[in-house]
Amino acid sequence: MKRYVLSRLAQAVGVLFAAFTVTFAVLYLLPSDPVALQLGAAGIETDKLTDTQLEAAKAQYGLDRPVAEQYLSTLGGFVSGDLGTSIAKQQPVAGLIGDRLGPTISLSLAAGALSLLVGTGLAYLASYVRWRPARLVLSRLPSLGASFPQFFIGLVAIQLFAFQLGWLPATGSRGPESLLLPAVTISVLTSSLLAQVLMRSFDETLSQPYVVTARAKGLSRAAVQWRHGFRNAILPAMTILGLLVGLTVTSAIVVETVFARNGVGKLAQESVLSQDVPVVLAIVTLAAAIFVLVNLVVDLLYPLLDPRIVQLPRKVAVR
Amino acid sequence: MTTPLVRIRDLQVDYTRRRRHVPAVRGVDLDIAPGEIVAVVGESGSGKTTIANTIIGLLPENARTRGGSVEVAGPDGPVEVVGAKEPDLRALRGSVVGLVPQDPMVGLNPTQRIGAQVGEAVRLRGVKGDAVADAVQTYLKQAGIDDPELRARQYPHELSGGLRQRVLIAIALAGEPRLIIADEPTSALDVTVQATILDHLESLVRKSGTSLLIITHDLAVAADRADQVVVLSEGKVVERGAPDEILVAPEDPYTRRLIAAAPGLAHGGRIEPRHELADTDVATSDPVIRLEGVSKSYPLPGGAGTFAALDDVSLQVAKGRTHALVGESGSGKTTTLRIALGLEQPDSGRVVLKGTDITGKGWRQTRPLRRTVQIVHQNPYASLDPRFTIGQTIAEPLVSFKVGDRRSRAARVAELLDQVSLPASYAERLPAELSGGQRQRVAIARALTLEPEVVLLDEPVSALDVSVQEQILDLLAELQERLGLSYLFISHDLAVVAQVAHTVSVMSRGRVVESGAVSSVFGAPQSEHTRALIDAIPGRISARRREVVHA
Repeated sequence: MKRYVLSRLAQAVGVLFAAFTVTFAVLYLLPSDPVALQLGAAGIETDKLTDTQLEAAKAQYGLDRPVAEQYLSTLGGFVSGDLGTSIAKQQPVAGLIGDRLGPTISLSLAAGALSLLVGTGLAYLASYVRWRPARLVLSRLPSLGASFPQFFIGLVAIQLFAFQLGWLPATGSRGPESLLLPAVTISVLTSSLLAQVLMRSFDETLSQPYVVTARAKGLSRAAVQWRHGFRNAILPAMTILGLLVGLTVTSAIVVETVFARNGVGKLAQESVLSQDVPVVLAIVTLAAAIFVLVNLVVDLLYPLLDPRIVQLPRKVAVR
Repeated sequence: MTTPLVRIRDLQVDYTRRRRHVPAVRGVDLDIAPGEIVAVVGESGSGKTTIANTIIGLLPENARTRGGSVEVAGPDGPVEVVGAKEPDLRALRGSVVGLVPQDPMVGLNPTQRIGAQVGEAVRLRGVKGDAVADAVQTYLKQAGIDDPELRARQYPHELSGGLRQRVLIAIALAGEPRLIIADEPTSALDVTVQATILDHLESLVRKSGTSLLIITHDLAVAADRADQVVVLSEGKVVERGAPDEILVAPEDPYTRRLIAAAPGLAHGGRIEPRHELADTDVATSDPVIRLEGVSKSYPLPGGAGTFAALDDVSLQVAKGRTHALVGESGSGKTTTLRIALGLEQPDSGRVVLKGTDITGKGWRQTRPLRRTVQIVHQNPYASLDPRFTIGQTIAEPLVSFKVGDRRSRAARVAELLDQVSLPASYAERLPAELSGGQRQRVAIARALTLEPEVVLLDEPVSALDVSVQEQILDLLAELQERLGLSYLFISHDLAVVAQVAHTVSVMSRGRVVESGAVSSVFGAPQSEHTRALIDAIPGRISARRREVVHA
């Protein structure tokens, strides 16, 4: 067990490091001139500078050093908690993100909880209901939900609930009522994906021979589904949990823009537009870190839910 | 006569497949008296499992009961099961009718402890609190589990197949039913385990006065234990009666075929090897394939030392002969086969193929030689690519070794299909359209494509019905004679081995415990292990019983 935890931890660190490196490489080794790009973000037009001024500007942002050195110092900074300085805003990146983190975290948590609840509930219901028409409708809902783009759902939601009905605020990040529309907008997609995977998984689980054993004991269908179906059915769905959380983070960029919420997603959008490389690097790394963390939690939860898992990695080849 | 526990009259059940109604059970009458052991025998598709599922009210959704009546004696008088509502059926399940399902490897919830799964059945009878745990221990012990306290805390994957089957029996017992249905209860287990479990189940029901309905494809298994045998074919009862009557004077031609096909019954329970071979002729100077002192071990999980899968195994397959490798699961049969095929390298020892030592050589170096060794797997349902047509499957080795062009390959496919007695038109079909026996013919044809000299047969008939087994074994014998093939034949069924093999090695725990000509090894077994395997052959009990009667 200890070995299992350690190996998963090492894997998580490795993935995070790789994510940082790839992002750095993409941002700094682009075919364009990274120096001009970043100085442009600071409002300096490289064309109009004299050579000396250019050198001075480069030196000011540490862009005159070789890429490898920049990479190492940035990596060192990240490890020690210093995320660098925004070129466009001339502020520490950590502070910038920190200010915007609150609304995004509450949005992600709300959207995540909603997706889990709705996605699981829908799948559970769809596999329990016997009446064919209801079953058909329930089982088709996820494909419908997954097929609308998020900005569209967001705009329709604003139009309907904010402008027409006036129940909820259209924009802003103040108070729990401002959270509802964006969270619902995100979770339409994520809960649909979860429900789709879970429905298949339920179908498969409930056709397993051990379900026949359980029914032959005299258990009711409800008891069979709850005690023998549920836990076995969520196992395959666990793997997409990390993916869903990652999706929530990326969805935040679109949804925060649509709802004018002042979160990290909006910051990411602004930074990309203003080509503020240090901020983009920090946000992508942060997203990767969250993704890695969720997957780590899922991996560590697995053996608690599935007793077979710890024995699996080193299987003896005996039939 | 007392009122029967189960009274089936003119039962008719259909399945709906692709909008078509396929009859599965066509007018079956059956009574099960209290305390009686009834065996329903038939091939797959004969409707025997459908009858069992009807009694316990667990027919699949696409099944429809078209007519007839099934009365089960509930606590408050007979209950008509046909057309009954779910709550009424649930009242019968577990407490009146218990089920021991077919495959113990998948019959238990993998994420729940054994104790909880047995306890669930106990609680349904209204037992509460500490009494549940005590009852669980009692039932586990009754089902023949030695260390019930430990087992109750374990998960299914930590138990062997035999133990899992005993847990399933404990679950059925825990409902204290008046009838236990055992649906092919041991067909997934080793023969020796099979025999002990069936014996145990039989003595349990005899002691407690519970009725038992055994569903099986093996007439020998049925004859050994049942008071009443019902032979089913295509949804109809073709014969019924006491096992001795049926075995001695079968009236229906189908029953006669079943008896002839059951190796254990055909020769009155004695093994009669097809090939007699003098002990002096066992060793040949130029075997096609030879294993010399092969050992192989694997690391145990968690770094807890190593597991010796093979320990100094030597054997040889003579040209044109069949060498059988018998033993229970885990005895090293499959590892031996994988090493012989070059899929794994032995830790020590040599593998000599047609005089060439292939040990330690790379895949590329031995590839040409490998054409001469081909394999047929156990499960024809899994070994054929469902998206390949039969023709593509058979021609694939030719494509892989770049032999011939499209036309010559098609000709070869037609020739091979003819050799395994399948119509040439089958080349266009998909595996799903074929029966199990036909699929195994295709797998054999594929193995023969490259004109090999040795064919490794890994339990080639154990996934098939008894009567189909017979046909495949005949085909193998015919091909051997015609093409001069040599077989390395892996099996756990000694009766089958006696039918095909010239020589045999009996394996146990990675070692060869006995080897020689089939006639001498089976005729005068030297090791305890061989004797246990011989005793486990189904049909021997009824054969012995008949000898007593007729003596």
